[in-house]
Amino acid sequence: MSARERILGRVRDALGRNAPLSAPELAAIEAKMREHPRGPLPKMEWDPLAQFRSRCLALSSTVDEVNVLADVPAAVARYLSANGLPSAGVCWPEFASLDWAGCGLNVEARPPTGADLTGITGVYCALAETGTLMLLSGPATHAATSLLPETHIALVPASRIVRCMEDAWDWLRTERGTLPRQVAFVSGPSRTADIEMTLVLGIHGPYRVHIIILGAL
Amino acid sequence: MQVRSADFKTAAAQKLGDEQLYRALTGLRTRMVGGRAIAIQELDNFEEIREAARAVRDFTLANLDHFLELFERNALASGAHVHWAETGEDVNRIVLDIARETGVRKIIKSKSMLGEESALNEFLEAGGIEVRETDLGEYIIQEARERPSHIIAPAIHRTKEQVADLFAARHGLPRKDDIAQMTHEARAVLRPHFLTADMGISGANFLVAETGTAMIVTNEGNGRMTTTLPPVHVAIAGIEKVLPTLEDVAFILRLLTRSATGQSISNYLSFTTGPKGAEDADGPHQFHIVIVDSGRTRILGSALREALRCIRCGACMNHCPVYQNIGGHPYGWVYPGPIGAVLTPAYVGLEQAGDLPNAATLCNQCGVVCPVKIPLPDLMRKLREEQIERKLRPFSERAALKLWALAASHPALYAPLMRIAARLGRWLGGKAGQIRRLPGNAWTRGRDMPAPRGATFRELYAARAQARTTGELKPAPNKGPRA
Repeated sequence: MSARERILGRVRDALGRNAPLSAPELAAIEAKMREHPRGPLPKMEWDPLAQFRSRCLALSSTVDEVNVLADVPAAVARYLSANGLPSAGVCWPEFASLDWAGCGLNVEARPPTGADLTGITGVYCALAETGTLMLLSGPATHAATSLLPETHIALVPASRIVRCMEDAWDWLRTERGTLPRQVAFVSGPSRTADIEMTLVLGIHGPYRVHIIILGAL
Repeated sequence: MQVRSADFKTAAAQKLGDEQLYRALTGLRTRMVGGRAIAIQELDNFEEIREAARAVRDFTLANLDHFLELFERNALASGAHVHWAETGEDVNRIVLDIARETGVRKIIKSKSMLGEESALNEFLEAGGIEVRETDLGEYIIQEARERPSHIIAPAIHRTKEQVADLFAARHGLPRKDDIAQMTHEARAVLRPHFLTADMGISGANFLVAETGTAMIVTNEGNGRMTTTLPPVHVAIAGIEKVLPTLEDVAFILRLLTRSATGQSISNYLSFTTGPKGAEDADGPHQFHIVIVDSGRTRILGSALREALRCIRCGACMNHCPVYQNIGGHPYGWVYPGPIGAVLTPAYVGLEQAGDLPNAATLCNQCGVVCPVKIPLPDLMRKLREEQIERKLRPFSERAALKLWALAASHPALYAPLMRIAARLGRWLGGKAGQIRRLPGNAWTRGRDMPAPRGATFRELYAARAQARTTGELKPAPNKGPRA
């Protein structure tokens, strides 16, 4: 008998059963799971865009807004120079064709090395409730771009802001069907309070998260 | 990990006199407790969510065999490897075998409490593998060769000066006394390890049965790195960590992060399903999940089953007046505070757990704040009863309790005994009305006990009742301190 069988056997003993669940019991559980019942939601009586913006700020992210994708390089250049940050970085391939050079930026569409200081990504969607970015792993969405550089800049289309995580799971099921290797939810710059409960931004992940909302103006 | 819970009394007494520790725990008593109180007010239906979380955890535990099998089926379908470990030794052996098979020399670790249970680091190091803890708190205690004193803030017992001294000695860099500078120094020291490790080991906050997903909650970003950068990822999770659906995780997270650190959400939530796909830009080539029993099935079948609901937020210890004063080390094993007082005897055996079930005043702060409504004081009381039944407490204590039970269940005996005790107490209290020292009683060693005023509750009650019927306002027979 394998460890697996012994553990499952002990679970069944502990539950006072000597066999797996019966077919009707299983069918009932499976039917319930197929409906994906939600737990009780808190009241969410806010405008998603306004809530997203204010939660991002509360998490020490910064927020900017532009009309169209073509305006992004100028907004990025503005942010970097206002914060005294270098004008070079890496981005996801989907933003390779933006006119970065025209705004004085040296942005390359490749995964970051440990030395790159700014990473520019999109998102799958964003959660208004908590000011959270949802990123999916995939062929063209390098996780390291939002993780290794000191500054993470995320482009969030206003149309991709959902209310809460439950809404995001619904979208993912409808649009993709299955989960990618990793779903990462990012809420502001990396932080720790492991020394005397004192909050410090920028431990292993980015020091800064700058969010550019597209198309809400 | 070696169990030192039998020394609780001695260790706790020593920590009570430790001024540095008391200072280090200031943030816990203020910011952790206050942060939670504010954060739960963001939810208009905190109690409703709490009750639903309790129900989902109970439902999952009641059908645990099914959900474990469902999890395994979906994890295998996603390309993950699933291992089953009956004991901590099994965990260590399984992880070392994976490391050997994949030629691993360096491992980075995100937090794993199960790794603490089985002393995984020491085992892997003895096997010739370098292991780096990367959570800042875990890193600090690994460098200091200490044990965690809190489940989510492992180095909370250290003051910043102690961390500064440690870093100066271990990093060979000029000593820094600013917390932000120290934190950034640790970032710089650890970053190269993230980029060169051959394996990442993480725990799991939850396993999602419907998708075969292992998810972790972190703030630092080390969890995302550990689960993304090295070519092999091993997640270690107890059998009780499984939840049916992604929706279940979503709503329980509202409780977890608020109860733990007072955050509406933690910085990084990583849901990992399977290894890197053929087209994926990054991720490990191998993803292993180790599902661990190690005493959990024993709890499932015992009167302590409710303890398996635990989602490891730490709120019970943050709010415990005992923990707040002595920190986590005196509890002597992996889990301190009220949940540790229940889990330690359950996992390592009551005979090894010494005073832990008694390391609480049963004030129920822990029960009130627990996001999944574990009745911690009730469970401690069950363990206390078992200690008496199995004669694991000293004879004198058992005899005293027997006498007490005899008196308390015989009113004709109880009333006169209390009358004597109340009068004796008043006499002992003297003019100040305070008893300075009760013979053989440790309670009065550090404080005075307010003395009885000379009359028992029954006498007072009878006098009141009489006054009410006669309409007279008689002075109570209580006389105050002895003149």
